[in-house]
Amino acid sequence: MPGYSDPGFDTLALHAGAAPDAATGARAVPIHLTTSFVFESSEHAASLFNMERSGHVYSRISNPTNAVLEERVAALEGGAGSIATASGQAALHLAIATIAAAGSHIVASSALYGGSHNLLHYTLARFGIATTFVRPGDVDGWRDAIRPETKLFFGETLGNPGLDVLDIPTLAALAHEHDLPLLVDSTFTTPWLMRPFDHGADLLYHSATKFLSGHGTVIGGVLVDSGRFDWAAATGRTGRFKELTEAYDGFHGMVFSDESTVGAFLLRARREGLRDFGASMSPHTAWLILQGIETLPLRMARHVENTRKVVAFLAGHERVARVGYPELDSHPDHALAKRLLPRGCGSVFSFDLQGSREQGRAFIESLKIFSHLANVGDCRSLVIHPASTTHFRMDDAALARSGIGPGTIRLSIGLEDADDLIDDLKRALKAAAKA
Amino acid sequence: MRLAVGGREASVYTGGKALDTTLPAIVFVHGAMHDHSVWTLLARWFAHHGHAVLAVDLPGHSGSEGPALASVEALADWLLALLDAAGVAQAALVGHSMGSLIALEVAAQSPERVSRLVMIATAYPMAVSKALFDAAERDPHVAIDSVNAFSHSTLAGKPSHPGPGSWLHGGNRALMRRMQAGAEGNLFLDDFRVCDRYRGGLEAAARVACPATLILGESDQMTSPKQTADLAAALRADVKRLPSGHAVMTEAPELVLAALRQALSPTAIA
Repeated sequence: MPGYSDPGFDTLALHAGAAPDAATGARAVPIHLTTSFVFESSEHAASLFNMERSGHVYSRISNPTNAVLEERVAALEGGAGSIATASGQAALHLAIATIAAAGSHIVASSALYGGSHNLLHYTLARFGIATTFVRPGDVDGWRDAIRPETKLFFGETLGNPGLDVLDIPTLAALAHEHDLPLLVDSTFTTPWLMRPFDHGADLLYHSATKFLSGHGTVIGGVLVDSGRFDWAAATGRTGRFKELTEAYDGFHGMVFSDESTVGAFLLRARREGLRDFGASMSPHTAWLILQGIETLPLRMARHVENTRKVVAFLAGHERVARVGYPELDSHPDHALAKRLLPRGCGSVFSFDLQGSREQGRAFIESLKIFSHLANVGDCRSLVIHPASTTHFRMDDAALARSGIGPGTIRLSIGLEDADDLIDDLKRALKAAAKA
Repeated sequence: MRLAVGGREASVYTGGKALDTTLPAIVFVHGAMHDHSVWTLLARWFAHHGHAVLAVDLPGHSGSEGPALASVEALADWLLALLDAAGVAQAALVGHSMGSLIALEVAAQSPERVSRLVMIATAYPMAVSKALFDAAERDPHVAIDSVNAFSHSTLAGKPSHPGPGSWLHGGNRALMRRMQAGAEGNLFLDDFRVCDRYRGGLEAAARVACPATLILGESDQMTSPKQTADLAAALRADVKRLPSGHAVMTEAPELVLAALRQALSPTAIA
């Protein structure tokens, strides 16, 4: 029908969650660098603590600047709300800790960022939460891994390091068939390239350190809830999510699913997770990430445009054995990428140099524009050679099992002139050949 | 709290405290495609300030068994039966949108059981456009998106509901989709037909004996404040206008609390 709809993405990126400041008229979002907020009265204080009124008490739990960021990211993702956290890792931990406990189980993609793999495989295992890792495209493997104590499916929209495209519609349907939510790490794609909730995911998070911020200046995360997963109905059938459907002694006997039909998860995550684990975001960080988000649509378009030019150059170079980018026909998930990521597959990818570890090192050291460091999603172009840095303790066989060769190079393409990036790569490829 | 009403199970949120029927009672009645959770903050505040609170899920919505009922009059009968089941002899009724018509009809049918009437984001008649019905026939999600956009007047409702960090447009859309998915038929059509077909509003208003208050959103595009003059006159109502759209409780939770505290205070007089 003709009629209103929510504003478009670019408008939401600038306006969602923010209005001119009522007290001062400030048009930009003010940075509320304050630990706490004055109560109007003892009665007001009590009602805020008891969730009878909405408002801010203490910046570990909520803050007006952070709230703008939280509402804006939720708006861009099509979610019901979100929580800003100290890092992407904190967002992942908060998601899991809100619904899992000792004895719980997670089914996760095997193609994960190393930090996420560490958390699941080593650290959470120490706290009694087990994880079964499954190749992202092995749907039968995901199904077979489900146990009565499973709480969550988890994967990355674009998996690490090979950019496996997560088949969100298929995995979400499988998860829902078993009364499980699907959580995705959406860092590499951002809502500009893909909105996972539109494809069936229930929860997502970002390392906002990367493209959302976009300038390589701050560490932060955002955990977003679609509001779609029916925790009460799932618990009624399976008994799985009593953390959200039974009285919680740690918050006045609150039953979170009674308090908010679509916001139960975020209520517990904030009222317990931020309160007790305390991995909250600084308002200054929230403000810097908001600055980044204001230009996210412009930056992502340029990231993808530059990446396509660099990919085309590398794919045609004689010293390059392989380029792993899902827009190429040669990528195993090419068809899935065309369906789920029509705007592009981001700007982080890897390629294999022909040659030894030594030649990989020579390539990196010859680059002048690309910065050699352990990050992605910066406006500046970045590079890393896993075999001599992040994975240097592994022999070649172990590297191969991780999908990494001695000549594998990971690039994060920035916003420079594409011709300059290509010239830089040409120089380094020549230097590597002589090493 | 769960009650048997007319042979079907009904769900009632009591504001985080067990219902104590010796206290003055307040019944909150949600609107189309909503449930009790639109009242969470208000329900908790009044429950912790000396009231017995019943925020109901109407039949076919969230925790209350369906099917959804087809008219304001049938829903009023159901609400009276729910008060019987809960052991509540008299209550203040607070309704939003479709729920405000149900509250009005109860106050007219059984004046002795209603101590106060508060109609939030209301209008009479509450006509619904053919275009919206047509959209709901074809694709309820499209109709939900349209209603969702019309229901909000701002991209920055502060301090948000139920708390900071909640994106009101997204939360409301998720709630409406949840209601639609959980219903036996096309709940969107059912609920909006209830609003559209109600014809007894002014006659009902003339029979209301208790003090009445209208709380209206100045920027309401669903139920325009302009469509309330006859209703307000018939009810001899106190009219409060708040800077909000149709989603008054979520866009302006603090102002609604202040308005309700005044409307429900023992000294409020028609």
